[in-house]
Amino acid sequence: MSNELAPLSDPGLPAHVHRKADTDPVAEKRAEQQVAVLFGISAFGTLLFIYSYLFIDTKSFVFIPVMGNTNAHQLGLGMGLAIALLGIGFGAVHWAKTLMSDTEVIAERHEMRSEDSDRDAFVVSVKERAEVAGLGRRSLIKRTLGLSVGLVGISPILLLGDLGPMPGKSLEETSWRKGTRLVTDPGDRPIKPADLEVGAVAQVLPELRPGQKRTLNDIAKDAVLLVRLRTEEFQLDAERLSWTYQGIIAFSKICSHMGCAVALYEQTTKHLLCPCHQSTFDVTRAAKVIFGPSARPLPQLAITVDAEGFLVAQQPFNEAVGPSYWERS
Amino acid sequence: MSARERVTGTVANYVDERTGSAKWLKKNLNKVFPDHWSFMLGEIALYSFVILLLSGTFLTFWFDPSMEHVVYKGSYQPLKDVEMSAAYASALNISFDVRGGLLMRQIHHWAALIFMASIVVHLLRVFFTGAFRKPREFNWILGIGLLTLGIVEGFLGYSLPDDLLSGTGVRIAHAIIQAIPVVGTYLSFFAFGGAFPSEIFIPRIYVVHILLIPGIMLALITVHLMLVWYQKHTQYPGPGRTEKNVVGYPLMPVYMAKAGGFFFIVFGVTALLGATASINPLWLYGPYTPGQVTAGSQPDWYMGWLDGLVRMAPPWETYAFGYTVSWNILLPGLILPGIIFTGMALYPFIESWITGDKREHHILDRPRNVPNRTALGAMSLTFMIVALINGGNDLLATHFDLSINQIMWGTRIGIIVLPPLAFVITKRICLSLQRADRELVLHGRETGRLVMLPHGEFVEVHEELTPEKKWLLTQHEQAAPIELELVDQAGVRNPKSFRAKLQARFSAANAEAVAKPTAQELKQLENEHH
Ligand code: HEM
Ligand code: FES
Repeated sequence: MSNELAPLSDPGLPAHVHRKADTDPVAEKRAEQQVAVLFGISAFGTLLFIYSYLFIDTKSFVFIPVMGNTNAHQLGLGMGLAIALLGIGFGAVHWAKTLMSDTEVIAERHEMRSEDSDRDAFVVSVKERAEVAGLGRRSLIKRTLGLSVGLVGISPILLLGDLGPMPGKSLEETSWRKGTRLVTDPGDRPIKPADLEVGAVAQVLPELRPGQKRTLNDIAKDAVLLVRLRTEEFQLDAERLSWTYQGIIAFSKICSHMGCAVALYEQTTKHLLCPCHQSTFDVTRAAKVIFGPSARPLPQLAITVDAEGFLVAQQPFNEAVGPSYWERS
Repeated sequence: MSARERVTGTVANYVDERTGSAKWLKKNLNKVFPDHWSFMLGEIALYSFVILLLSGTFLTFWFDPSMEHVVYKGSYQPLKDVEMSAAYASALNISFDVRGGLLMRQIHHWAALIFMASIVVHLLRVFFTGAFRKPREFNWILGIGLLTLGIVEGFLGYSLPDDLLSGTGVRIAHAIIQAIPVVGTYLSFFAFGGAFPSEIFIPRIYVVHILLIPGIMLALITVHLMLVWYQKHTQYPGPGRTEKNVVGYPLMPVYMAKAGGFFFIVFGVTALLGATASINPLWLYGPYTPGQVTAGSQPDWYMGWLDGLVRMAPPWETYAFGYTVSWNILLPGLILPGIIFTGMALYPFIESWITGDKREHHILDRPRNVPNRTALGAMSLTFMIVALINGGNDLLATHFDLSINQIMWGTRIGIIVLPPLAFVITKRICLSLQRADRELVLHGRETGRLVMLPHGEFVEVHEELTPEKKWLLTQHEQAAPIELELVDQAGVRNPKSFRAKLQARFSAANAEAVAKPTAQELKQLENEHH
């Protein structure tokens, strides 16, 4: 470690240079007036604020270049507030800079460390107090105290137990059952294959049982996308092909990465794209991931039609939908 | 004695007899604060925190943190009769039907952005000037804590209104929690009171957003400022400034007037932004539903780097013994941020281990004189910027006509290649700046004036630096590397030699510098001139 001295010696604080307002009474007067004007501007801002609050209708709009059509009420309030605050701010700073003393002063610094004598005295008194409490000698008290304090610390954690239910198997289940009809979202109308042209996509949900209400929790697992291609465009194995119906293929709309809605379909490439982190899935190959951070294809829902010709699920999803989790097999 | 003086005197006497405050105040009204523009960065953070408290309190009077379903009946026509959560409806109500509500929402959001930006720039100032060195390590750690809390607080804030954009953010946070090995599913069920999105999450984060985290932050900020006060501010090097003094303006009145005025300026600028620059126009997004998403969804910038890391993560997931580990989420979402923030918090201790320097420092470093630290900072910054850029890859793609694929691979490679490159380049720049300083001290400033010497040669006139300037360029200490002690005094091989070797290696790299002019060199030159 080098503590070598600097080759030059410190020339010390430079001599104080006076400002104009320090020596010239005219400049001083002018600075004073400038500060007063700034404070005055602030008062004007507050008047504008009050005026806008009371007299500009909340639904009136003005056209301002660059900003376009702007709500006059909010703009008036905001500009009034801004002027009021900036006036005070600039006024005070200008005052400090031009009129208050700008002579630098020097203060001494002391090391943070306490004096040795204080430190020694501290150690001595801590030892003394500890002696008075007698913890060193009374190990029975020490141990039971440790035990009880440790145990009592568990209570608040235990109390948090009712924050939520246990997950159980709920992450693996959706509302899709064998024979559940696919209905439009929005609209809740059942769909026939003919409703979907080749190249079209549709968002569907499972049909509600009478009296059942759809919650966001349901949608978060049940949302499904239908895409219709020509059957010969699929490159699927026999099982997966049997899960499609007349070129209509159904995937969970909930991204297998982190659960956003996979909302974008590119007709030319037949890719589904998730806007959150751009995971891209190839519809023709059972939503295989071809780009992005997702590690799994979108789960495919096996579909067919029922006796009335409406699209229905052949069976529930055969895997959990949505993002991965530890217990997911 | 005027009447006013008498009243003041009486009041002061009353208070002092009960608190003994006169002694303390007398001492502290003369407290000296050094002046430099970069010392205002922390102030901006403090003031925007105050603005957040004020505007946030205003918002709580109308905001209804409930996920109960309501049908919107307010004055924003496009969403009339749409079913939505009460939270979203009340945010619309604040924006359209509460006088000044939109202004306050926009002020609150702008203040949040300014708050985070000023914390980050303040942190960079502290890092690059070495202000975190002994005795200020605690304050460095408090700062990292405040930064972390700020990120969480901001995220919870823009999750509150329950619009389509914010719900998407919550969805992603939920997936990160759920991806934690072993306990993730349980944690997510506890946090959300069940499966995503649940009906109880927003009321819960509301309490955290308006009470728990602001309370903790307020406590940490108080300690942070008390330490600044007690340890006295650092100062930049210069004539008359030493490790044993502090040069500046007294608290009363100059510093008070400047700082007080500056609060109003920060508030004024935030109000100006709130008045003129639209931010988070949540009525355009619509209410949250898990089956939909806004295109080009972007988090606020202080979360953008995280999003960028998540976007560029490789699609790795492992299945073993019936359990799943999602590296594609854990790596960018928890492991890397964990390493980054822990590394930042520990940095003061790492540096002092490398330099072996355990002394107090109150004079700031000029970044060029500490090339390794500066280069490390540039390296980390480059990493973050590449990540941030990838967080906006969809916007970049549409604006610059690139494919997402190109940007993704560009940033995947860039995040590995560019940071080390930034390190090397920055270190070189620092060393050449040191060389330039050395030249300046020895040979003065080039004036651009040429003179012809008697024998016909042209030379440029060099103007000697002032003693003040020379002092500034040479006052720093150039530490020699730590000597390696492989064997101790008794001749026994040092058992800790691996650590010692490592330390010596780092220390040697750290000590690399362009030697500053020695006293002899200066003397010699002086003799030549005269
Ligand atoms: C460091 C502190 C804070 C940060 C970074 C922060 C950040 C945010 C952000 C980004 C939003 C979204 C605003 C929007 O665009 O709608 C928000 C909303 C909100 N914040 Fe804060 N906030 C902070 C402190 C507070 C405090 C102290 C309070 C209350 C005492 C508060 C109350 C609210 C409320 C009620 C909302 C919802 C209002 C709405 O969106 O309409 N915040 N916060
Ligand atoms: S959530 Fe779909 S790509 Fe991340």
